[in-house]
Parts: sequence; C-alpha cells; structure tokens
Amino acid sequence: MLALVLVAGVAAGSVFVPPGDTVAILAHRILGLDIPMTWTRAEETIVVDLRLPRVLTAMTVGAGLAVAGATFQGVLRNPLADPYVLGTASGAALGAAIAVIVPVRTVVLEFGLLHGLAFAGALGAVFVVYRLSRVGGHGQMTSLLLTGYAVGSLLAAGLALAMYLSGTGLRQIFTYLLGGFEAASWVRFATALPLVLGASALMVARARALNGFLLGEDAAAHLGIDVRRERAILLGLGSLATAAAVAVSGLIGFVGLVAPHVVRLAVGPNARLVLPLAALFGAILMVAADLAARLLGEIPVGVVTAVIGAPFFLVLLRRTRAGYEL
Amino acid sequence: MIRADRLTVAYRGRPALTDIELHVSAGERVALVGPNGAGKSTLLRAIAGLVEPAAGSVELDGTPLARLDRMGIARRLAVVPQLPTLPFATTVEEVVALGRLPHEHPIRGLRPVDRAAIAAAIDRVGVGHLLGRDARELSLGERQLVLLALAVAQAAPALALDEPTVHLDLRHQVEVMELLVDLNERDGTTIVAVLHDIGLAAHFFPRVVVLDHGRLVADGPPPEALSADRIREVFGVDPALVRLTA
Repeated sequence: MLALVLVAGVAAGSVFVPPGDTVAILAHRILGLDIPMTWTRAEETIVVDLRLPRVLTAMTVGAGLAVAGATFQGVLRNPLADPYVLGTASGAALGAAIAVIVPVRTVVLEFGLLHGLAFAGALGAVFVVYRLSRVGGHGQMTSLLLTGYAVGSLLAAGLALAMYLSGTGLRQIFTYLLGGFEAASWVRFATALPLVLGASALMVARARALNGFLLGEDAAAHLGIDVRRERAILLGLGSLATAAAVAVSGLIGFVGLVAPHVVRLAVGPNARLVLPLAALFGAILMVAADLAARLLGEIPVGVVTAVIGAPFFLVLLRRTRAGYEL
Repeated sequence: MIRADRLTVAYRGRPALTDIELHVSAGERVALVGPNGAGKSTLLRAIAGLVEPAAGSVELDGTPLARLDRMGIARRLAVVPQLPTLPFATTVEEVVALGRLPHEHPIRGLRPVDRAAIAAAIDRVGVGHLLGRDARELSLGERQLVLLALAVAQAAPALALDEPTVHLDLRHQVEVMELLVDLNERDGTTIVAVLHDIGLAAHFFPRVVVLDHGRLVADGPPPEALSADRIREVFGVDPALVRLTA
C-alpha cells in the first residue's frame, strides 16, 4: 500500500510520468539496476529531484504527525488531542509570521528564517505550556490541556497582529499556515528526517509507558511507570517530531488526529501496535492527500486533509458503539 | 512485608498522617477503616510510594521505599486502581493485560508466561464471561472485578485496595470480599484494604486498623478494634446502628 502510493505520488502531477517508467527510474537510480532507458532526462529529473523528495517528505511528516498524535492522545488521555494541542501550531505560526515581517533573510541548509522560527516557536510554545501547567501540582492533565488552549489563544492574537502588520508578506504567511509539500527538496528532507523519524522511533520504543497511562496516572505509577518522567519524555518527543514536521511542511491538520483513531478501531488501544501502524497509515494518508492536492492544481494539502479527514472522522464517531467518554 | 515506621505525611504543611506505626506481615489480611478524612487513602498512597513522607519511613519486603524505583514497587505491591474512565475502547483482556506491565519485555511486550498469568487471573477472578467486551460498557461491579483481575495478573506478593466496594451493590460487595479472602488464604497474598463499611471489615478481616484525624487509634481483631466505645468516639454514631456480625 505504501509502495503503491509512493509510485502513484511520484508518477502523477502536472507532468505525468508513466508508472512503469517511474518504477524503472527509481530502480535505476536507487537500486543501481542496469535498465535500458525508455524515459527522457526531463522525466528522470522530475522523478528523482522533484517528486521523490516531495513524496518521501510527505511520508515522513504523515508518519511523524500520526505517532505524535497517538502519543498525545495517550498521555493526555484525551481522544480529541492532536499533535498541535500543546501550542505547537500557534507557536510555529507566530514564529513563521515574525520571520516574514523582520527584514532579515538567511538560508541555512535550504531552510530560511521562516522554518527556523517556526521550529523554535513550536518548541517554545510547548515548553511554556508545560512549565505553566506545572504550577498547579497534581491533576495535571486537565491543567495541561487548558494551559495549552490559553497560551494558544494568546499566540493566535500575536499571529493576528503579525499578519495585520505583514503587508505584502500576508500571502506568504497564509501559504505557510495552510501547509504543503511543493517546496520539498532532498536537503530539507534529509534535515527533517532524522528529527521526525528519530523522535517517532523513540516514542515507539516507549510504548510500554504509554500503555500505562491508559488507566490514569495513579494506575500508571502502580504499574511501575515513573509518571512524571515518562510524561515529560513522551510529550517532549511528540513535540519535537511535530515541530520538525511543521517546520518543513507548515500546519497540516487532521492526519495526527484521525490516523491513530482509525488504527485503534482495527487493533485496539495497545500502543505497541497503535504507534507503528499509525505511522504507516499517516504516511499513506499524507502522500495520498498531497497527490490529491497536486492533481487539483496545487491547492494546499491542509485543505485536502481537512476535507477528507473531517467527514471520515464523523463517520468513525458514529460507528463507534460506545462513543467517546471525555 | 509492609512496614510504616513513625510515618508522617503532610499536604501543604497540614498533617495528613502523624506518627503511624503499622507492621503487616506476609500473609496477613488487614482492613483500614476510619471516618472521611482520617487519612486511610493517604496511608495507602504512602505505602505505594505515591506521596513522600514528611518524616518516618516505609519498607516493602524489607527494602525502604526510597531505594525502590516504580518497577521495584510494582513487583512487590499491586494496587487495584480506582475505576477509571477509559479514553479509548478497551477490551477486558486488554485491561487485565496491563497488570503484566512490570513483568513484560519493555520493547516486545507480553511473553508466553505473561499470557499465562493473564489467563490465570481472568479465571481466578471469574471474569471469563466478560472477555471481548469493551470495559467501558460494563457495570461498575463488573469493572471492579476486571480491575481486580488486573491486580491479580500483576502477581505481587501484596495487594492494596482503596474502597473496592464503594459503588457496588450488596452481592458484588460480598463477591469482592470473598475473593480477597480466597486470594489471601489460598495464595498467601498479603492484603491491605481501605474500607468505608466497618461491617464488611469486621466480617471479612481478622485484623482491623482504625485511623482518626491522621492518627492510628486502634489495631487488632475486630471485636477489640471496633468496640462500641470506639465506634461512638471515632465515627460519632450510635454503635447500635452498626451491625457487626464478627
């Protein structure tokens, strides 16, 4: 399935490369197979330098957001949590908007100030939310969520102000907020990949702790989980994966919320299964959404995920017998 | 097995427990009773290492709590969790399987020996007929039994419970009590249970500890610990209203 969407994602677009040639080009360039060239140089460039990094970036971002979403839902014990719930989204958005306003242009590893500030803003917002919520002491899950919303609203006000002041930069901010992969490149992919996949792999390795949270924090402690430590580690890793994903692709909603739920309906709540399968499903979903976005004339991929995700989610909710207890 | 020495616990400077001396030997069955706010649950939390003592110490199995990590505590003491609201659909066996968390492989998860322990616990507690059901759809009594099965699967030498009968009807209350007696007498599991019902405590427990205002005021067999004078004094009710069929 993943291979299928990969080939489809690489083949289709404004210039269509036949799937047979696409597979041949990939086999030739990646596996080094000696295949007679039945394709043009231009097609090879499109496939290898433009489409492949784009599809791989979409896969990585989809997988990372899905794992982060599953982790946040598990640690916060809230089915409505998504990777952005602790302020990542608003922090990244504000960072990006500030980058557009300030008259400084630097590029490191093909990343501009916008990506750097978005990454820093996302992590900074989570850090502030986490620190503020700790003041209350125990019973922190609700406090964490509420603090996330409060800080998020504050940052949103900052974003609104930044957008108001941005003048001609408004479109650039807006494009970033809607998310997308059209600017993907090998260098960007290679920079984001270790952060997103590394953090995701570490979350998968902590599935046992995540399972412990299923019955609540006290129960987790009784089952041998160091709650405070594991919560900080899991939320930190989830935020890191989210921040890196947001920095390369902007704000893409719904994948991180929906993918874990779909997987849970199939295999139950065991994090050992949910996290890797959510990664796989998130990757497939994101490549498919990006493909749809491309075929519809490069509309923002966030629009596609919302248009597919929201009704899909509603159907799921209706079909879940017991519904969700909050 | 469980030892609290001069244990004092304070919440924000206010003492919740003062100078508690409690020694529970392996294989004992002890009920903790007392009015609301007496410190019963706090004592249980202190024994399980969830609250730091302001003074004094707690030992599990001869090892001070301060020297045990969470896994070490979980292998020595199973605590039946409070009835939780589950965020996701979770089958009965998935809930019981959580009891193996301290034993399973950290990455690969359940091993055959864990699966055997889960099956044995389900059998022992008698929740086999609930398998495959979503734990959120069960009645409170059924859920309580499932959580007991989780604690049994944890296979610790000691079992602690905080008001395990609180939402249950009479039949389920007796069922839970009989199960505790059975776990204690057949398997030798040490049991410490906080109970709000002193009738149940007197009937099913050979040793009753009475707490009042954070202090241990009585410790002994039910007729002694729950004498008419003490019931009047500690609980503030006419002892004639409390039927103790010890």
